[in-house]
Amino acid sequence: MSGQLTTRSIARFMMAPAVIFLLGWMLAPLITTLYFSFKKYLPLRGGDLGWVGFDNYIQFVTASSFWPSVYTTLVIVVSVLVITVILGIFLALLLDQPMWGQGIVRILVIAPFFVMPTVSGLVWKNMFMDPINGILAHLWKFFGLQPLEWLSQFSLGSVIMIVSWQWLPFATLILLTAIQSLDREQLEAAEMDGASSVKRFVYIILPHLARAITIVILIQTIFLLSIFAEIFVTTAGAFGTKTLTYLIFQRVLESQNVGLGSAGGVYAIILANIVAIFLMRIVGKSLDAKAT
Amino acid sequence: MRKLISIIAVVFTFTASVTFAENLTIATVNNGDMIRMQGLTDDFTKKTGHTVEWVTLEENVLRQRVTTDITTKGGAFDIMTIGMYETPIWGANGWLVALDDLSADYNVGDLLPAMAGGLSHEGTLFAAPFYGESSMIMYRTDLMAKAGLEMPAAPSWNFIAKAAREMTDRANDINGICLRGKAGWGEGGAFITAMSNSFGARWFDEDWNAQFDTREWSDTLNFFVNMMTDAGPAGYATNGFNENLSLFQQGKCGMWIDATVAASFVTNPKDSTVADKVGFALAPDNGMGVRSNWLWAWALAVPAGTQKVEAAKQFIEWATSNSYIELVAANEGWANVPPGARTSLYNNPNYKDIPFAKMTLDSILSADPNNSTVDPSPYVGIQFAAIPEFAGIATDVSQEFSAVYAGQQSIEDALAKAQAITNDAMEAAGYR
Amino acid sequence: MARNIQNQRKTINTLLAWTLGLLIFFPVLWTILTSFKTEAQAINDPPLFLFFDWTLENYAIVQDRSDYMKFLTNSIIVAGGSTLLGIFIAVPAAWSMAFLPTKRTKDILLWMLSTKMLPAVGVLYPIYIGCIKLGLLDSRTALVVILMLINLPIIVWMLYTYFREIPSEILEAARMDGASLWKEIAYVLTPMAIPGIASTILLNLILAWNESFWTLNLTAAKAGTLTAFIASYSSPEGLFFAKLSAASTMAIAPILILGWFSQKQLVRGLTFGAVK
Repeated sequence: MSGQLTTRSIARFMMAPAVIFLLGWMLAPLITTLYFSFKKYLPLRGGDLGWVGFDNYIQFVTASSFWPSVYTTLVIVVSVLVITVILGIFLALLLDQPMWGQGIVRILVIAPFFVMPTVSGLVWKNMFMDPINGILAHLWKFFGLQPLEWLSQFSLGSVIMIVSWQWLPFATLILLTAIQSLDREQLEAAEMDGASSVKRFVYIILPHLARAITIVILIQTIFLLSIFAEIFVTTAGAFGTKTLTYLIFQRVLESQNVGLGSAGGVYAIILANIVAIFLMRIVGKSLDAKAT
Repeated sequence: MRKLISIIAVVFTFTASVTFAENLTIATVNNGDMIRMQGLTDDFTKKTGHTVEWVTLEENVLRQRVTTDITTKGGAFDIMTIGMYETPIWGANGWLVALDDLSADYNVGDLLPAMAGGLSHEGTLFAAPFYGESSMIMYRTDLMAKAGLEMPAAPSWNFIAKAAREMTDRANDINGICLRGKAGWGEGGAFITAMSNSFGARWFDEDWNAQFDTREWSDTLNFFVNMMTDAGPAGYATNGFNENLSLFQQGKCGMWIDATVAASFVTNPKDSTVADKVGFALAPDNGMGVRSNWLWAWALAVPAGTQKVEAAKQFIEWATSNSYIELVAANEGWANVPPGARTSLYNNPNYKDIPFAKMTLDSILSADPNNSTVDPSPYVGIQFAAIPEFAGIATDVSQEFSAVYAGQQSIEDALAKAQAITNDAMEAAGYR
Repeated sequence: MARNIQNQRKTINTLLAWTLGLLIFFPVLWTILTSFKTEAQAINDPPLFLFFDWTLENYAIVQDRSDYMKFLTNSIIVAGGSTLLGIFIAVPAAWSMAFLPTKRTKDILLWMLSTKMLPAVGVLYPIYIGCIKLGLLDSRTALVVILMLINLPIIVWMLYTYFREIPSEILEAARMDGASLWKEIAYVLTPMAIPGIASTILLNLILAWNESFWTLNLTAAKAGTLTAFIASYSSPEGLFFAKLSAASTMAIAPILILGWFSQKQLVRGLTFGAVK
């Protein structure tokens, strides 16, 4: 009995630093954001101009760009998740197989994650997607087709492509590390029992990966909700690629309306929480499952 | 005791000699002229003993960075590089040190009046112009000749549209005209605003009502879109200065209307394949008395909170003086000196004969930010309105226009949206 | 016969993996190649792949113009410092949540993740003013602390996942053999968790390395990291691709090399066979 109590207090003690730091980090910005959101704070017009109640909230949500930005945010997040998880599983399985030069291929696959988002955006925009000089344009012309205007015609698709390319390594790496902990004996036993590779995948590998997939989805979602640089350097928010984060950026740094931007920030938190709750409904069970 | 006194004396002398040599931090854009200035900093240190640390950033990032710092009085920078948009606003707010006591050597009167005017508030200079620019037409003399046309010194938009269509040769990858379409108040937004002035349009009437529902704006956009559809490059909706520069240098544009500083790039044989085939003309007009060229300067200013005001002012004097211009000329040639700031530069025999010098000067002289529109308007600025709200509004509006250029929205819809966005924002800001 | 099939499979795997790997790597490769071209050749139409005049002028210009070593040092200190600090704080937390779970564990985990839901730009002004008041503007300390805080939830989550993979039977077996808590962590848990900890460190190092919002907005001349270095080469007026490519190559080279050396850690699997 006393052993259990000690264990629990040890547990709390070990968690304490992380919880305390994050509590402070969460409360301070949250409180200041709420504070500013109820004020008219225009740095260029004199700063703190007094309390305005819910005006900022109303103004932000009634702007014609609000709902499209929410929609755009969700489309980008869901698309990139789907692409990176599916391709990530496939790549992780592939990289786990015996082959020559495994180490090098792993680095090749992880490399996109090393590149700064700004540089990725610029490289993709000018070197690849440019309808006149880009490599993709040349590829299209090689096959006798009219080059696509990627960023103006398929703007959302192009942004999704760039962001997926960047985050695929993240998903792959986490899933690969998870696959490496798979019990080979179980797999071999199943193979000897005559299970096809599809069956082996669905009934043994996939459940084992469930937790890793959950982590990938949750972490990536949090990051994808606030991507910025890629959109900034490619489309500058035009053609329906303005996400909620981009809208907040415009309000804070271009319109210099900190109060309005803060209200936007609160909306972003609400949106993120809704998405997180939704995700937890879908994948939450795998967090409880015992390790296999 | 004596030892203590001598130690104190040494320390005192040491610190006394050291306090007079400051270490300045400057925030600047990463444009070529600034990079050149960075490379010549040793000259400044030799002359004054002060050292300079450089923070160079891309234009949009720089603007946000310095705005955040100055509005919070962060004091991270002793010298900031700002433009004609920020200077009057910040000067009015008392955030900048007035530059009204510059030395006689500096010759403030030599600054081009348009530049000094655009960088002042109520008569006091708040930022010293490092380089100034307007916009003008750069065109391919060979393609123009091939089309059998001759570019007048001050062409009309109708002529330009006609020439563009005649020069277009899609089979050979030649676009009659390359223009900015990229979203952003300083990118495509700046261009279309300046263009609209020549069509008789304005952003606001005297009561600060948005004017996008006027026939003039509709004419502007229709003209622009039709011309670009027939004679512009594919995907121009995401093209800004750099994209058009690349196209022009590769020989894929018959004409390009953009910042006068581009002239030194397109005539540089190292990077440009058409360096010797470029002609220049004034930005077009539509017969209404206002041309479509804009006015901009990158200038150096001292934030009011800095501790090192004297040293900062010395730097500004050094960087925007005639001797600096001569220093650059000696090191890199006259074609590479910072243009558009001083009258004396354009009287200098060494500079006068550079192909684009005269057209640059003429363009700058013909641009008047205080009288930028045909009908009276309540704002200062040609390609922008010098009010704090403008950047945010104009970026939203330019995004709508870019959607039109990409064929995703009709001109009517875009103008209606622009009208709504602008009026709502101006109302929220208390103008109407 | 079996050997032949094995080799056949190996060949197919190799071909497939290398093709995909090269496809994915291509934009990075392109950037590196472009860093050796002149600006005019960088925008050449058609794009030049390998046959152009290789030049080192871009690297010379970058070297001349910016103090690469200063930016590199700052990046190493900031990214490394914040990651290590984060690991230090997160390992105990993740351990206790993985092996001593309570009803509240899942909620705490989700709450930790929720601290990342506020877009950074929304708190720029308060944090900036806070740094001014504490005298931490343009300091590496501020960056280390802030980057640690924004990555802490990720580190905790990732470590938690990997710790959950470790069967508690092993740890119980060690405990029953008389090992104390710390011995348990040091000699049993850590070796098995090394691949997980290694990939957590690597990924978070990269996240901190590439973090460009706080590292740009809170620094000036002293504490700028490689993100500020890159920001000084992107989108000026004029041609810049070759120079930006050179700067980018210099910015990702250290991490690429680190990633290469940490390969072995990432590759080693857990040996469960030994336990059973």
